[in-house]
Amino acid sequence: MIDVNRKGEVWVFAEQHGGKIEDTPLELMSKARRLADTLGVKLAAAVLGDRIKPLAKKLVRHGADKVYLAEHPLLGQYQTNSYAKVMYDLIHKHEPQIVLYGATIAGRDLAPRIASATKAGLTADCTDLQIGDHTTAKDKKVHKNLLFQIRPAFGGNIVATIINLDRWPQMATVREGVMPMPDADTSRKGKIIEEMVELTREYLPLDIIDEHKRPKKVDLKAARIIVAGGAGVGSRDNFQLVWDLANCLGGAPAATRAAVDLGFIDHDHQVGQTGTTVRPSLYVAVGISGAIQHQAGMAQSQKIVAVNNDPDAPIFQVAHYKILGDLNDVVPLMIKTIKEKGIQE
Amino acid sequence: MAYKCVVLIKQVPDTKRVTGDVMNDDGTVKRSALPAIFNPEDLNALETALEIKDRFGGHITVITMGLPGAAAILRESLYRGADDAILVTDRRCAASDTLATSYILSCAVKKLDYDIVLCGRQAIDGDTAQVGPQLAEKLGITQITYVEQLIELSSKTITAQRNIGNGWQQVKAELPVLLTVVGDANEPRVAAARKMMKYKKASTPIEVSEQIKAENPKADEAEIAELLELRAKALEEKGLLIKQWDLDSLEADLAWCGMSGSPTKVHRIQSVVLAAKESKDIHPTPDGIADMIHELIEEKTIA
Repeated sequence: MIDVNRKGEVWVFAEQHGGKIEDTPLELMSKARRLADTLGVKLAAAVLGDRIKPLAKKLVRHGADKVYLAEHPLLGQYQTNSYAKVMYDLIHKHEPQIVLYGATIAGRDLAPRIASATKAGLTADCTDLQIGDHTTAKDKKVHKNLLFQIRPAFGGNIVATIINLDRWPQMATVREGVMPMPDADTSRKGKIIEEMVELTREYLPLDIIDEHKRPKKVDLKAARIIVAGGAGVGSRDNFQLVWDLANCLGGAPAATRAAVDLGFIDHDHQVGQTGTTVRPSLYVAVGISGAIQHQAGMAQSQKIVAVNNDPDAPIFQVAHYKILGDLNDVVPLMIKTIKEKGIQE
Repeated sequence: MAYKCVVLIKQVPDTKRVTGDVMNDDGTVKRSALPAIFNPEDLNALETALEIKDRFGGHITVITMGLPGAAAILRESLYRGADDAILVTDRRCAASDTLATSYILSCAVKKLDYDIVLCGRQAIDGDTAQVGPQLAEKLGITQITYVEQLIELSSKTITAQRNIGNGWQQVKAELPVLLTVVGDANEPRVAAARKMMKYKKASTPIEVSEQIKAENPKADEAEIAELLELRAKALEEKGLLIKQWDLDSLEADLAWCGMSGSPTKVHRIQSVVLAAKESKDIHPTPDGIADMIHELIEEKTIA
């Protein structure tokens, strides 16, 4: 752990695989930029890998004032121990006050290992980050400008704001898709610092024998329009309605966890706390009751249309257009109407 | 060759069955209002250990840290085939965050001889997935997270397949290792009737002492202690004593336990409030739908 220090930078761990930076740390850059500006400190990205210099410029364009570039042949492929060792060394050398990670597969594997080694705090899966003050109940002491680490807890039924008063750096992993990706600004200038990396084979305890990447069947995050079905759709056959409506809107089909668990559609299509977080222009919820875990993944959609035959379905509380009716009547009617409009205009 | 497995398990409130308000008026969570269950992915971790034992032989110890009531999931583990059960319970464990929890658990695991430590990927009350990797770091051993399949165990090496979200990865490592196991890894077996008969009386010293107090309401402390020693000894001889460890028996450094060992603190907890939005009721008729579609096209939501 490091001591509380008000000069420390805000860091983003810029996770990359095969020379491509993951979306989540890039999404994080705009929020991290605001945190650094509020604190009046520099925003830095730490990027680890082998022959990854071109990535440094990209990170500057996405908001970094500084990029710590740690290159080493043994960092070519991600492994927990090697990456944790290098991050641990960088943190102790530069003493950032905040270190943020994407809550990706690798981020959730790496960050706790670093937190344990540094004996610092770590909050998982944050959906928002802010700077704020905290007064301790016992001695009424005011701790200024702490990182508020905001996350759903208890299965999404509550939202907790977590702080780390004294055992820094303040660290958090941040959920995929909850922050909009900043646009690259090619005029931005930043400082690139090449770090000396000391690493031996003993930090690579895994022998990676084989790896198989399965491309996602659908890119929900990029979809402008999403049509999602829930358990109310009733069957895998009837889920064709969701596909048809998505097709005629030029959108992507999606589903709730319940619909995925019932086998109506593949997990790649799942929206919600344990699936993808989306923010499309239009989200059509068909036969979805609207459990809080599902809403966590779609409530930020610009326009929400809900079709349900239960007037008390929670989905209606977040919907802009509420259609109380049988989806088996309403959805074909919507398809017909859209097709006719398409012919007219 | 036989393998010694240690499985870390947690009793959690069934957050999937939350209905209505889970908050008390003072802003705390009503944990007591929810049924306590065996954390689902910990059952997958236990099943992985049982499969190892079925194929290669060996010994399985399950450990949980929690309130005395968590002994229930230790018994459930014994019903499924675990050999030994340990309850880590101590008031001074209260308010431990993941870092303090992993420290306390590491003190317990270090007291045992092991080849493979297994944890569920994450618990449904916090969903952090942090304790596994933190425990591996504290034990100074290799972690293999998101294990969906155990491919091979031979002598001193393990080969496992990890679910890496958009695919899978097969890795090989030397023992000892810590695995975190995902829900898709296997179908956890149900309790065996024969084992349930055998272990239904398995108890922790706390439970035995509660029982003695209930049976002998007038007994003083010395008498209770004497009876406890006798009954605990009898249970132990039958292999029915669930071990109970506190922070003193773990020789844990109290500075790293509970509140003082936890860098993260709660600033505020809020109930999730569903955002009220400007909304329109649309009639499920051709005219109602046509008006809505028209509006969405007008404002260019639909291209």
